[in-house]
Amino acid sequence: MKKLLLGALLVMGMGLAMAQQIRIVVVSHGQAADPFWSVVKNGVDQAAKDMNVRVEYRAPETFDMVRMAQLIDAAVASRPNAIVVSIPDAKALERSITAAVKAGIPVVSMNSGSDVAEKLGVLLHVGQTEYEAGLGAGKRMKAAGVKNAICINQEVGNVALDLRCKGFFDGLGIKPNVIPVKIGDPTGIRNAVAAALQKDPTIDGVLTLGPTAAEPVLQAIEGKKLVFGTFDLSPAVLKALSEKKMAFAIDQQQWLQGYLPIVILANYVRYGLLPANNVILTGPGFVTPENAAQVIDLSKKGIR
Amino acid sequence: MAVRTQDERLRPISLWQRLLLRPELGSIAGLIVVFGFFAIAAGDSGFLTWAGTRNYLEVAAQLGILAAAVALLMIGGEFDLSVGSMIGVAAVMMAILSHPDYGGLPISFSLVITLGFALLIGYFNGWLVLRTGLPSFIVTLAMMFILSGANIGFTKLITKLTIVSGLGDSLAKDPLSFLFTGALLGLPAAVWWWLAATLVLSWVLLRTPFGNWIFGAGGDPTAARNVGVPVRRVKITLFMLTAAAATLVAAIQVMGLGSANVLQGQGKELEAVAASVIGGCLLSGGYGSVIGAGIGALILAIVQQGIVYTNIDLDWFKVMVGGMILGAVILNNYLRKLSLQVRR
Repeated sequence: MKKLLLGALLVMGMGLAMAQQIRIVVVSHGQAADPFWSVVKNGVDQAAKDMNVRVEYRAPETFDMVRMAQLIDAAVASRPNAIVVSIPDAKALERSITAAVKAGIPVVSMNSGSDVAEKLGVLLHVGQTEYEAGLGAGKRMKAAGVKNAICINQEVGNVALDLRCKGFFDGLGIKPNVIPVKIGDPTGIRNAVAAALQKDPTIDGVLTLGPTAAEPVLQAIEGKKLVFGTFDLSPAVLKALSEKKMAFAIDQQQWLQGYLPIVILANYVRYGLLPANNVILTGPGFVTPENAAQVIDLSKKGIR
Repeated sequence: MAVRTQDERLRPISLWQRLLLRPELGSIAGLIVVFGFFAIAAGDSGFLTWAGTRNYLEVAAQLGILAAAVALLMIGGEFDLSVGSMIGVAAVMMAILSHPDYGGLPISFSLVITLGFALLIGYFNGWLVLRTGLPSFIVTLAMMFILSGANIGFTKLITKLTIVSGLGDSLAKDPLSFLFTGALLGLPAAVWWWLAATLVLSWVLLRTPFGNWIFGAGGDPTAARNVGVPVRRVKITLFMLTAAAATLVAAIQVMGLGSANVLQGQGKELEAVAASVIGGCLLSGGYGSVIGAGIGALILAIVQQGIVYTNIDLDWFKVMVGGMILGAVILNNYLRKLSLQVRR
């Protein structure tokens, strides 16, 4: 009886081994509730389907680097075929990522970390370079005649967001003026911006770093003459763009940031193929009132 | 010869002493300090203007609606940490039900359905607390995670996104939305809701038998039960009330913004507790005031919005909020001790 059971288990085990798919673990810092990251995950899921690989997507519930490092460690311990990480804070994640690399697991980074990926032994980075994206936004506003601007940060502590604001103010060539807000409090965000505008009426440019902040800000600036731009898209942002209430949205095509690493790693694990660039840039692309309409449908589907 | 001594309960109490007996006195003092600080530090940059006043009143209103209900519940001896997540759930639910791509219902209809759901959750919270005898802190903490997690899960399942925007047209068509987004005498509807909630709930607490039951249920439930207070009913009603308050806040936010996201309301549960405590509610129950909680909400909103008007580097924002809370509560405590001496 015992032997029979053991035999059955063995057969089942072999069956499993034969059917074993490539297994990739994705560890990002993006909160599941953030609309931006839900699009990334949609890209991951689509790639998993297209490439016929198994993907596990993990992210901390809040912006928490310690927790994220633990998630990477856990992923390494489970011996997947490959790992995808985002690197919003290289110092905090360095140990965990290099451990993965040393364990012989191919790692591709996405979204944040373009500047540190190579140093950590990551094969390739898929994303936009944050500082340059902010710089682009600043230059665009400067060209539009902006002289005094504020940058709204909804996730204080995320280095990537700090870099965007820094690039933005460098691009404008003015002193930084960052307003931290709470991502879950739309009225608080709207009124904080209204207060800032009231305090300093010379402010003629506003940059938000994501749609959760951009939508309330749209109300705060209603009827005011200023240049408003944001990072990332949402249906409401696109509507505001097409109605010319906003000047631009920086699209980093985060769907690709989820999609491409899975494709690249599946082909790397299967055939040892790898693009030769260190960084595949998915952004910054600028969505403006002129090209907003074509993006609206895709945004509704969770692709842009 | 018998000397007629006056009954001590009839001893005349001066107006000042009577003031000291009020639980909200500390918060009024705190309000004066905080308002004075910002009037001096930021008075010249718009804080004292009508627009500035409206700005912080609106933020105070949403928190105040929540705090009025939370204060009653705290006086009734319980906590509700799930109100913040409830805001998010109610907001997204309303938005999905009304969104032209999904539910397509008129927003007032969605509001009724959502309110029904919220009352159910509130009932369940209360039922579970009384049924298991576990601290409501734990039960509603669990509910907080369940609600916010389910909110993310369901919303993504239905919309693939975590933000439900584009309600504009269906809102504009609905005559009821004016009740939540309109303005009267230059003040947004939220402020009127806040005033109404504070006055009505304060009246219930101070002038009705139900109010007495709340004090009884929070002070000593066993003794209250022995004199015939339906403690169970009181507490369940209060849990349903906080859920309803969360729905009201969500309605104001969704109709005002025309969109909802699953993060909405995050952290509001603790702000509401902070407002109630600043307003004189004891964490242990049985003591407190609804008007005090309203003043607490006003203090927090003035700090939150006022700091933007100052030249203080906003990196220090949370330090300021924390410091103000601590200061207000310490002042409160000190005044309460004084008032106890008066009572003796």
